[in-house]
Amino acid sequence: MSEMKAMRDAVGEALLDIAQKNPKVVVLDADVCTSTKTCYVRDKLPSQFLEIGIAEANMIGISAGLAAVGFIPFPVTFAVFASSRVADQVRMCAAHARLNVKIVGSYGGIPTGKAGATHSSVEDIAIMRAIPNMQIVIPADGVEVKKVIEAAAEIPGPFYISTVRCEVPTIFPVDHKFILGKGVVLQDGRDITVIGTGMMTARAKEAGEALKKKGISARVVHMPTIKPIDRELIKKCAEETKGIITIENHSVIGGLGGAVAEVACEASPCRIKRLGIPDTFVDSGEDEDMFAKFGMTADAIADAAERLLAS
Amino acid sequence: MGKDDIKKLEETAKKIRRSIVETLSSAKAGHTGGSLSVTDILTVLYFKEMKIDPSRPDWEDRDRFVLSKGHASCGLYCALVERGYFAKDLLSTFDRTDGCLQGHPDMHKTPGVDMSTGSLGQGLSVGAGMAAGARLLKKSFRVFVVLGDGEVQEGQVWEAAMYAGHNKLDNLTAIIDYNKLQLASRVQDAIDLEPLADKFRAFKWNVIGADGHSIESLCKAFEKARKNKGRPSVIIADTVKGKGISFAENKVEWHVRVPKGDEIAKALDELK
Repeated sequence: MSEMKAMRDAVGEALLDIAQKNPKVVVLDADVCTSTKTCYVRDKLPSQFLEIGIAEANMIGISAGLAAVGFIPFPVTFAVFASSRVADQVRMCAAHARLNVKIVGSYGGIPTGKAGATHSSVEDIAIMRAIPNMQIVIPADGVEVKKVIEAAAEIPGPFYISTVRCEVPTIFPVDHKFILGKGVVLQDGRDITVIGTGMMTARAKEAGEALKKKGISARVVHMPTIKPIDRELIKKCAEETKGIITIENHSVIGGLGGAVAEVACEASPCRIKRLGIPDTFVDSGEDEDMFAKFGMTADAIADAAERLLAS
Repeated sequence: MGKDDIKKLEETAKKIRRSIVETLSSAKAGHTGGSLSVTDILTVLYFKEMKIDPSRPDWEDRDRFVLSKGHASCGLYCALVERGYFAKDLLSTFDRTDGCLQGHPDMHKTPGVDMSTGSLGQGLSVGAGMAAGARLLKKSFRVFVVLGDGEVQEGQVWEAAMYAGHNKLDNLTAIIDYNKLQLASRVQDAIDLEPLADKFRAFKWNVIGADGHSIESLCKAFEKARKNKGRPSVIIADTVKGKGISFAENKVEWHVRVPKGDEIAKALDELK
């Protein structure tokens, strides 16, 4: 069993670390820092922490102003408030203006601590994907969170980084390398491809191992960057295996599944099954109950792969 | 500020107004009323108040300007031309595909534009971020944000006002181009802003009134803002939409109408 680590802790620690190393990094909060764990920056490095209050639109505008005078701001709040609530501010002040605004959506998707529909973002990635100039990343574990935050501070332009609240298994070694725009093949295979992103990659990996035991050769891919998406790798998987399963902690509309389907459809049409949150709001409930309800478990991924191959 | 200086700035404002009429009528698009109401404010900012260097538009210690009411872009472009940021003949490319003078200001396309704007209500947040940044950098540059009056109906303006007041950003000055008209109606018939000065005072701002078409009044207002410490300043500048063209003044429809036909010569004649 892999070591478990709450991703929100990893976010807080990574932001504190990068802020300590780079005085141009500032972290902005909209009164959720004790939940998102940016309170680590507030408590250890208050000179690089800005409390904006419950005013997310203002937080994005202030971030843009800070970026315009040379800072690298990381506004952090729950994914739903970091995306749909501020879509126009992100669109004009960060994306159109091509400023170094590095938005971190915390509490992405289902695991929000039973907060339910209003706090569970099912569409943040879909919104951000449609905005020109945005670079979108969904890290898989605490190790990758740190790498992605370091990369975002280095690479020019606006970022949206979607993270989760809950504990996730650490699947990458500490020397893991994150390259923007590149997918990672975790297990090679020739029968079918399972592409995961974010915390769902660990489940894709588990499903791949289960399939192997059943004699099915599954290729497992981690796709941390949703935009720019790794077109070459998707095309290769579409050509070399008999179909693609995508799994994401997001609506099946407009996220990883949408992006993979768009690329495969144009480059090398193949059978695709998109797993994730169906086109619905989610309920409050235990994280794992909700994941099970929507077929977002390793078992359900393996079943979907077998069904796709049998069809 | 002597009488001659004032006279000179008045002449500059008139030149900018003429350029606005020529540019908008040639492009057959754009926002006439709000460009003409903000002209004197832009003149005082670009020719007197702001610490800027047109030969170095990216100078990191320059004062920053955000035209939050981005639809008055033509007014800004004409002021930038007059101040020497780029050649006047570029004005003929206003609103053209692939041109550097977009319908709303684009910081990456136009020299001298510090922030891209257009979607209303966001500029004061950006200005607050720039001002907070100046303080973090321990730099003395100041930040100026021009807002339209109708724009003040946007809730985000008040989020930014609350933030700037709370954080005592005295390096931030907002100017409200209070021409009393918005796109479709009088401001007071849409959503009245009054008592506007009291609202800003309640948000911990230093409130300064000005005649937005008197160079002298505006200069005094900016001086008060400059000397004020411990609070952000807002200059509520009373203006006339379409100022300078008799048949456009105070007319709602001139928000987005441009001079055409005989109107062009008539407008330029009035601005001699």
